[in-house]
Formats: sequence, C-alpha cells, structure tokens
Amino acid sequence: MRRTRPTMSFVEYSDLIQDGDVVIVYMGHNSVMPVKVQHGSQTQTRYGAIRHSSDLIGQRYGSKVTCSKGGWVLVLHPTPELWTVCLPHRTQILYTTDISVITMMLELKPGSVVCESGTGSGSLSHAILRTVAPTGHLHTVEFHEQRAQKVAEEFKEHRVDHLVTVRNQDVCKDGFGVTGVADAVFLDIPSPWDAVGHAKSALKKHGGRLCSFSPCIEQVQRTCEALADHGFQEISTLEVLLRVHDVRTISLPLPDFGPDHSAPSEPRTTEEAPPTATLSPASISIKTTTPPREMPGHTGYLTFATKPRT
Amino acid sequence: MADNEDEEYRIKEGDCVVLKRGGIYKAVQILPRKKVIFEKQWIFLDNVVGHLYCTTFEILSGGVLQPKKEDKDTESSTEVKVTGTDNRNIVDDGKSQKLTRDDIETLKEQGLEGQEIIKQLIENSSTFTNKTGYAQDKYIKKKKQKYENTVTILKPTSRILAMMYHGREPGKICHLRYDTLAQLLTLSNIHAGSKVLVFETCAGLVLGAVMERMGGYGSVIQMYPGGGPVRAGVESFGFPVHFHKTLHEFPICHVNALLAGSLDTTVKDPAAEEEQNQPEAEQQEGSPEEQRMETTAAEDAAPDQEELEKEKRKEVKVQEKKVKLEEKRRKLAAAAALLEGRDADGLVIASRFHPCPVLLGLIKFLSPSRPFVVYSQYKEPLIECYTKLKEQGGTVNLKLTDTWLRHYQVLPNRTHPLLLMSGGGGYLLSGTTVALDHSKPAGSSRSEEPAPKRQKTEKLRE
Repeated sequence: MRRTRPTMSFVEYSDLIQDGDVVIVYMGHNSVMPVKVQHGSQTQTRYGAIRHSSDLIGQRYGSKVTCSKGGWVLVLHPTPELWTVCLPHRTQILYTTDISVITMMLELKPGSVVCESGTGSGSLSHAILRTVAPTGHLHTVEFHEQRAQKVAEEFKEHRVDHLVTVRNQDVCKDGFGVTGVADAVFLDIPSPWDAVGHAKSALKKHGGRLCSFSPCIEQVQRTCEALADHGFQEISTLEVLLRVHDVRTISLPLPDFGPDHSAPSEPRTTEEAPPTATLSPASISIKTTTPPREMPGHTGYLTFATKPRT
Repeated sequence: MADNEDEEYRIKEGDCVVLKRGGIYKAVQILPRKKVIFEKQWIFLDNVVGHLYCTTFEILSGGVLQPKKEDKDTESSTEVKVTGTDNRNIVDDGKSQKLTRDDIETLKEQGLEGQEIIKQLIENSSTFTNKTGYAQDKYIKKKKQKYENTVTILKPTSRILAMMYHGREPGKICHLRYDTLAQLLTLSNIHAGSKVLVFETCAGLVLGAVMERMGGYGSVIQMYPGGGPVRAGVESFGFPVHFHKTLHEFPICHVNALLAGSLDTTVKDPAAEEEQNQPEAEQQEGSPEEQRMETTAAEDAAPDQEELEKEKRKEVKVQEKKVKLEEKRRKLAAAAALLEGRDADGLVIASRFHPCPVLLGLIKFLSPSRPFVVYSQYKEPLIECYTKLKEQGGTVNLKLTDTWLRHYQVLPNRTHPLLLMSGGGGYLLSGTTVALDHSKPAGSSRSEEPAPKRQKTEKLRE
C-alpha cells in the first residue's frame, strides 16, 4: 500500500528526487550541504562531482550516490533540522535544542498563527513552518532588507512560501503588521522590551504565548519587567543545554600484581582453563560514552509568558 | 463578554481540562456533581461550565468555585512599606508570630479570604517590618502559596500535560522531562500529513504529543505491548473526534509475523485466542460496575427468572464479544495495511522496555531518509542501540544526547538560577534511515564474525 507522494517540500515528505528539489547531501559525520537540483547541473564534492540529471533526479531519497571520483555520498530529504546545520549563515542562528523547547512551550501545532522577529537566517522559521502547516501561518519581520529578500527566496525554493509572509520593517517601531491574529509570538532581537507592546497587540484577543530569546541577563531583566507591565502572566525564564555523548570503546589496562600465591590453584584447573588463560588479560575493553572536550555552554535565555484574555 | 468568537474558548461539560495552582497541575474531566480532590481540597467543577478557559476561580466553602474578581494585589494590603536594611537584630525566638495555630484555624473556619488571613499574619508578625523589602516579598509569596484558595482552569496542551506528568507522576512516563519530550518531537520531525510509528509506555503522553503535532492529518500507528494500548494520557488532551480516526494500533507481538509476511488478518482464530488469553479486566472497562448492578438486581428476582436472565445475558455477551472480535480484526487489518508498505515517515520509541529489540524491529518499517528517536531513562541501553545500528548499517547521523534544563528567578536585583534543578530527564538516541547497501550484505554476516574482529572493525570505523 504505497502512497503516491507529492513533490518535496520542507513540510511534506516525498519519495523520489525531482527537478527543482532541494536535497541535503550527506558526506559523513557532521558534514552536510544543501543542493538545489537542476537538470544538467553539477555539484562538486570532495568525493567528486554529482551530475544532477543522472545521479539525482529519479533517485529515491536516502540512497547512496556514487560521485565521479568513485567516492559516494548519501542524499537526504530536507528537514528543518538538517537545514539548520547547513544553511548559509547571515546572522547568528537558533539551533535545534532551543528550537524544540520554543516550539513546545509556545504550544505550536498545525493551524497556529505565529509572529516572529527577526527572521535572521530563517533557522527557526523553517521549524515553525513545519509545525504549523498545512493550515497555520507565519508572519515574520526582518528589518534588514537584503536578509528579508534572501529568506523570502529560500521559502519559495523550499516550497513553503504559501505559509509565510515576510515583512521588511522595524518590529520595535512598526510591529508585526498584523493585529489580534497570533497564537504565539517569538522575539529574537536586541531590545525585545521595545517590542512587547506590539507583541501583545499581535496576539489574539483570547490570549496566546510569547517567547523572547536573549543572550544577556540584563536583556532578560528588562524584558520581564516589560512583560509584567503589559499584563503578561506565567512569566518564566529558562535555559537548555545539549550534551552530546560520543559512544566509544575504551580499553582500560589492568595492573600486574605478579603471581598470586594465596589463590587456590585446584579449582581453576578443574574448570576448562588452558595454561595460557592463567596469564591475566592486559586490558579490558568496554563500551562507554565520553563528553566532547568542549561544548556550547550558553546560547541564550528563553523567557516565556502567557498573554491573558483581554 | 458573550462574544460569539469566544464560544470555542468556553469550558463545556465533558471537556478535559487541567486545574492549575502555582506550579501544580491536575488533569480532570468536567462532569456534573463530580467531586475532585485538588491540593488536599474537595471541589466541584459544575460552576466553571460556560466560563472562558484561563479563568481563575476562588474556592468557597463546600468546594464551590466562583470566578475571582479583578486581581487586587496582596501588596495593597501591606501598604505600610516600612522595611529594615539587614537582619542583624532579627532573632529566631519562635515568638514573632502572635497568632497561634488555633487562631489561624478559626480564621479559616470563619471562611476568611486567603488575602485577609495573610494580612492578619503580617499584622501579627513582630519581625515583619524589620525585614528587608526582599524578605517581606518572599514572606508574602510563601503565605500566598499556602492560604490563597484559587484554581485556574486551562485547556490541555502537551506543554501543560508534560509538565504535569513530570511533576506529579514521573514514574508513569519513565521520567521523561518536558524539554526531552520537546527534543523528541522535533528530532523526529513530527508534522501534519506524515505516517508515524509510536511505541511508548508513557501513559499515552508521548502518543498524545505526537497527535497534537499532527493536527489530525496523516496517520499514527501505535505499536503496543501486551493486551491493549494504554491511552490515559491521550484522553487528557481532549482531542476532537476526527483525530482518533488517524490513530491506529498494532500489537507488537504480531510484528515478526508481519515482517515475515505470514500475518493473516482475514482469519479470526488467532485474534480470538489472543482475546481469551487477555485478563478479564482489559476486555471491557465498564464491566465490573455492570456486573455489580446486575447482581443486585438478581437478588430480588425469583430463582427461575434469574436463570432465564442469566442465559439472556450470556447470549448478549457472546454477541457483544463477536462484534468486538470483528472490530479488533478489522483494526488489525487496517494497521497492517499501513505498515506493509514499509514506508513510514517517522519512529518514536519511549518505553520501559529494552529499546534495542524494539528499535531494530520497528526501524524496518521506515522509508529511507526518515528520522527516528529513541528515549530511554538510562544511557547504557542506548549505547547498545547505537552499537547495533552501526553494525547493521542503514542509518546515519546517529546522536546520543541529553539536555539540561535550568530555570531562573528573574526579579529586580534578585536574579539567579533556581536553587533546585532536575537531575536528569533521560537520554535520546536519534538518527536518520538510509537505503541499505545491497552490494555487500554486511548486516547478517558481520554479526557472525568473531567478536575480537568485530571490535577491531568498529574501532576502525570510529
């Protein structure tokens, strides 16, 4: 009972790679890059060239593609999470750990209407769109004209432009461009306290959720004050840190205590112990995990609040 | 207040709601004249029907609820803002509070509002005015928590239910912390329109969270162990009826047969046998009560009539059973049809079972290039999963992670991390499926290699 799959988009899976798709080329541990599939075009990787017409189009997502130099790569279906680790940075971006908590604490789901500012590189935007599709909408505001343009192009390429409106304006001065429609608002701007009033008016009359992301505690302080002044409730600030555990087989050497005279030798010979086994092993290997030597210790504080019904 | 657009935000009879006071939550259903215990108090929820969600109610005597009037802050009752600068002269002699325990009890019995009691406590505290402003705030906050008798009615969401379960019954959800659940939902790319496999023993919380993210689009197949799927948590979400049409179930004990292509969903016998093997209680929920009612009725009747009734009931029961079996067979066939294509879009595992066999069995139902996430309270079984997956191939992007969650108190001049944080919210193993390389069927042959050689090749790969 195989389903007929639509064309790929960031909010819908498809089975086969088609002309115009954006695929994620996986080249090994933590090494991925996005490729826009076009008839007749070629992409260079360190394993050789990929010819789109013969190597990609018509292939199943998840298959191995042999490159011109004989090396191979895997072609993956795009997801917001893969996009986050390979998108072109135009700003500092939000990563999946924070995005996950933001999505749940803002109570996003299909049908949610969300306001976001700034759009930045669109890392969070893609995750929001994935979650609110097919009936929700994202109103995103970016005051940097070139960034706003670029991200709008990406939304189109990723076939999610029907779900999002990009506005090039200053959220602190001009707000989100909508009033009384949002279920949730997300702020990632240097002075979120200046946008709290606009956030309030963008939210639905019956209420909604707000999140503000700030790297510095002074920003959090001012935001919380502004939120309380505007009548927001359930104000709560938190921080999430991801710990990655590297799975390793480690080998622990055993010290040599010399011959053990106190141990009874008789029972050992009755068990099947060949003479060589009496030589104790020099080491024992076990499966364990090690933390990475360095890890991101801080991304930002997440402040959540509920707008009550007005 | 009676806007039409408000209708969907009004509390209705039969709704599943969440009660909230401070950081404490409890999920209940609104039923007429139903007594509910919340925070050591009996309450009746009849009065909340018709009000808007997020309304805060005051608990009056007899457990009756009444919407709370505009927030007159407790601060106003302590207008006398005389504060000390430090605590050098504050001595703990245990006599600073002039009111005795009995006095406070009488105040409560008089039906005095919580705010009034707090005011009395402040007035009768000899040290209060010597405390610093911060200490005064803290004192009021503490007393407020204890004496304010309010409850807020919320619409259930995965945020609220995940926090509720983690706070009240972490054992029931394998200590899955809400931020870990959030990671799980994102890493598995749960979204509308996909076909997702869920294996969970988290009371239905994970299943409900997945369903919420799917919004009634696509399909969810719950793979369940034992006699039947557990869905208490799903009920608490109060999903609309059409959501349940997207929910399928498949017993994990038939997975091998399905994979081997030997599962016959047209024959009734295997299902029937299984039904008989099930413990009685699981067959139908309402049965104990029904039986009780029946027995009391039978006592009054004449013996021969009793006999007759008994037979009748038997017949009805047999008939009911037949219908149920047919229904069960139909459901099994529907779920099997969904699985057979082996083209699922996501896999979520969060259970008290050893995750390794579950993962290796269920991952076979996924399309290539699809995410999967396994939750475990412990790290070691996930290390084993990781190792096995590396051995058999067919996955990339394997990551074993956990998250730390830290809450902050943010107040003017008193901002700091909360003193208490959760020690652990479990671990996740996530990854992406890829097409198995058929040129060298490594999976089976490699596992038959002698152990030392296998270890060596693994080390090489790392």
